[in-house]
Amino acid sequence: MTTLAPPVVEAPVAGARGGRTGAVAWMSLPALAVFLGFGVIPLIGVLALSFTSWDGIGAIHPAGFASWRTVLTDPGLLHALWVTFLVMALSWAVQTPLSIIIGVFLAGQQRYRELLAVLFFIPLLLSSAAIAITYKALLDPNFGLGAGLHLPLLAQDWLGKGPLALGVVIFVVSWQFIPFHSLIYQGAVRQIPRTMYEAAQIDGAGRMRSFFSITLPQLKYTIVTSSTLMVVGSLTFFDLIFVLTAGGPGDATRVLALDMYKRGFQANLMGPASVIAVILVLVGLILALLLRRLGGGGTSESQLEGA
Amino acid sequence: MERRTISRRNFLNLAVGTTAGATLAACGTSGPSGGGSGGGGTGAGAATYWFLTGQPQQGIREDTVKRFNQANANSKITFTEFQNDAYKTKIKTAIGAGQGPTIIWGWGGGGLKSYVEAGQVEDLTSWFAQNSAVKSRLFPSAFGAATVNGKIYAMPAEQVQPIVMFYNKTVLDKVGIQPPQSWGDIMAAVPKINAKGIAPFSLGGQSRWTNMMWLEFLLDRIGGPEVFQAVFEGQKNAWSQPAVMDMLTKTQDLVKANGFIKGFSSITADSNADQALLVTGKATWTYGTMKQTGGDLVTGGHLGYMNFPPVEGGKGDPSDTVGNPGQYLSISSKATDAQKETAKKFFSTAVLDSAEVKQWIDTGGVPIVSGTESQLASSKDADFLKFVYGVSSKAKVFAQSWDQAMSPTAAEALLDNIAKLFQLSITPQQWIDNMNQVIGQ
Repeated sequence: MTTLAPPVVEAPVAGARGGRTGAVAWMSLPALAVFLGFGVIPLIGVLALSFTSWDGIGAIHPAGFASWRTVLTDPGLLHALWVTFLVMALSWAVQTPLSIIIGVFLAGQQRYRELLAVLFFIPLLLSSAAIAITYKALLDPNFGLGAGLHLPLLAQDWLGKGPLALGVVIFVVSWQFIPFHSLIYQGAVRQIPRTMYEAAQIDGAGRMRSFFSITLPQLKYTIVTSSTLMVVGSLTFFDLIFVLTAGGPGDATRVLALDMYKRGFQANLMGPASVIAVILVLVGLILALLLRRLGGGGTSESQLEGA
Repeated sequence: MERRTISRRNFLNLAVGTTAGATLAACGTSGPSGGGSGGGGTGAGAATYWFLTGQPQQGIREDTVKRFNQANANSKITFTEFQNDAYKTKIKTAIGAGQGPTIIWGWGGGGLKSYVEAGQVEDLTSWFAQNSAVKSRLFPSAFGAATVNGKIYAMPAEQVQPIVMFYNKTVLDKVGIQPPQSWGDIMAAVPKINAKGIAPFSLGGQSRWTNMMWLEFLLDRIGGPEVFQAVFEGQKNAWSQPAVMDMLTKTQDLVKANGFIKGFSSITADSNADQALLVTGKATWTYGTMKQTGGDLVTGGHLGYMNFPPVEGGKGDPSDTVGNPGQYLSISSKATDAQKETAKKFFSTAVLDSAEVKQWIDTGGVPIVSGTESQLASSKDADFLKFVYGVSSKAKVFAQSWDQAMSPTAAEALLDNIAKLFQLSITPQQWIDNMNQVIGQ
């Protein structure tokens, strides 16, 4: 890799702007220290641990690639990856359209929309654990909402059947995070110059046409940002699923993060758990990079031409 | 009674729901509550002792330490209390880092074994030989889970908790059936109970160890204790014994016959929903160590209890039981000699002294001390405590719960596969294959 890197250009740092650059560099130090201390160093630790065998109590023994072999040949990994992907894809597919619609709706200037915006925001204020406990109680087939209201339709074994439990997880995740993404879209929609809509109106475009021809294209980068947050964020869903289903029934909702926890702290296999942690980091980085590529291709081109 | 067991069990299953919330609360607000602040921790022999919160056991543990400290002004014990889920991780990290307490509270079995293998706990065999009076007054069955490779590494303490089958007498009367005398009775009763719109068995299946109790009893009744012993000893393909297949098939038969309440796999034991089902008459039987949450069911005398019935043609002794033969106190090998002396003195003079024994009985527990029949008989829960005492002391085999007996690694695989078995997502043969792979791990 290094041979392919372009020759290092002597940076003209110490030139006329030297003093200013120095000050700026100094300002980044605290953030850098925190990032190193709580991001990079633990990451190196995890990478090192993935080549050992350790039960968390005794001595750490180097084990070469043994943990990697165990994890990579375990069908459980593929299953966890698949469940993680499903949660990611489905929750993205549910959240994005709804968030855009709500965001566009809330971007209007009417008073009642401000009130609604505050109400919509409430789920985001609750902790994931609290949400999970609440939904668990509501969905209980014997004491929950369905049983209490005598609605057989609601009295399903929501968390006891694999596909249903996955659906519930996606629903709850969406319920929790749609407010956040709506907020992002609301801000983005308000940035779109009014003149564009006025021009479209003069040209005879209806509301739908304006939405698809102006609003959506203008939201392109916001969609990329929000999708990155959703996709990378969904890799780390742990608390909600842990409390709601504990990865069950069976292993129907066992996402990577949960698999990692179970291996590390329940089965005392820190080596394989670290392997999964490394995989999680890699998958997250690749996805974030892909999404940046997807949206960042033409950052220089103006979105506001003619506005 | 049952809260205790359930809290203990949360560790392994990390059963969720309320406990997870409680853990967060404990971490975020108060953290571990330091105890013994009234002058504890002075002198060379000052020892430390970590144990779990949760009443009434917490109070009993505190009182025992306080009595010891009053009697031993020069070698006091300082205790620190932890919420149970936090404790399991905390103690492991602390011991691994050499920062553990002098006296380690635990569950014996596979967890203790991992401490022993890491050289973190003292061998108490010779101490027990010198202090035979300490050993002889305790239930002999309590020492099994304290023993690793023939040596004793922990002092059994506190109370015995056999797993008992509870039933709602009112519901049985309504359906018109008797408590089952055999596995056949159970299978025959299931359709009758279901026909009344009541669930036969309540089960907190998300906690997983709840499902495991069924397998433990069935395997013992079908094949006797030797079958699991072979697994425990790490014999190759020990799960392939025919009794195992029979146990798994019978379990799935019961699941398929709707023997368990609808939605059992999303019910957690730690929220007591499984018992609530029994108390509210939505289910007929539950299995576990419930007692005091019953409310009217208990005070009205409608709560029945029994040991697991025999299986037709089975080899196991119907007196055998499974559960928690005690709680265990180990001494850290990293402690100073003076601290170790203090801990041993604590074991011989304070643990399960007459005052502590009385407290356990008063709170509805059966301490692991022999010869308490008369005290049990005069307690307010006399009938139930005598039953527990009888089951525990008469059991030919008092097996430790599988997940406690096995290493944490094997236990996790076991619980995982048990959950899938009850979910009917794997066949008995797949279960056997999966479990044979982790034998000896």
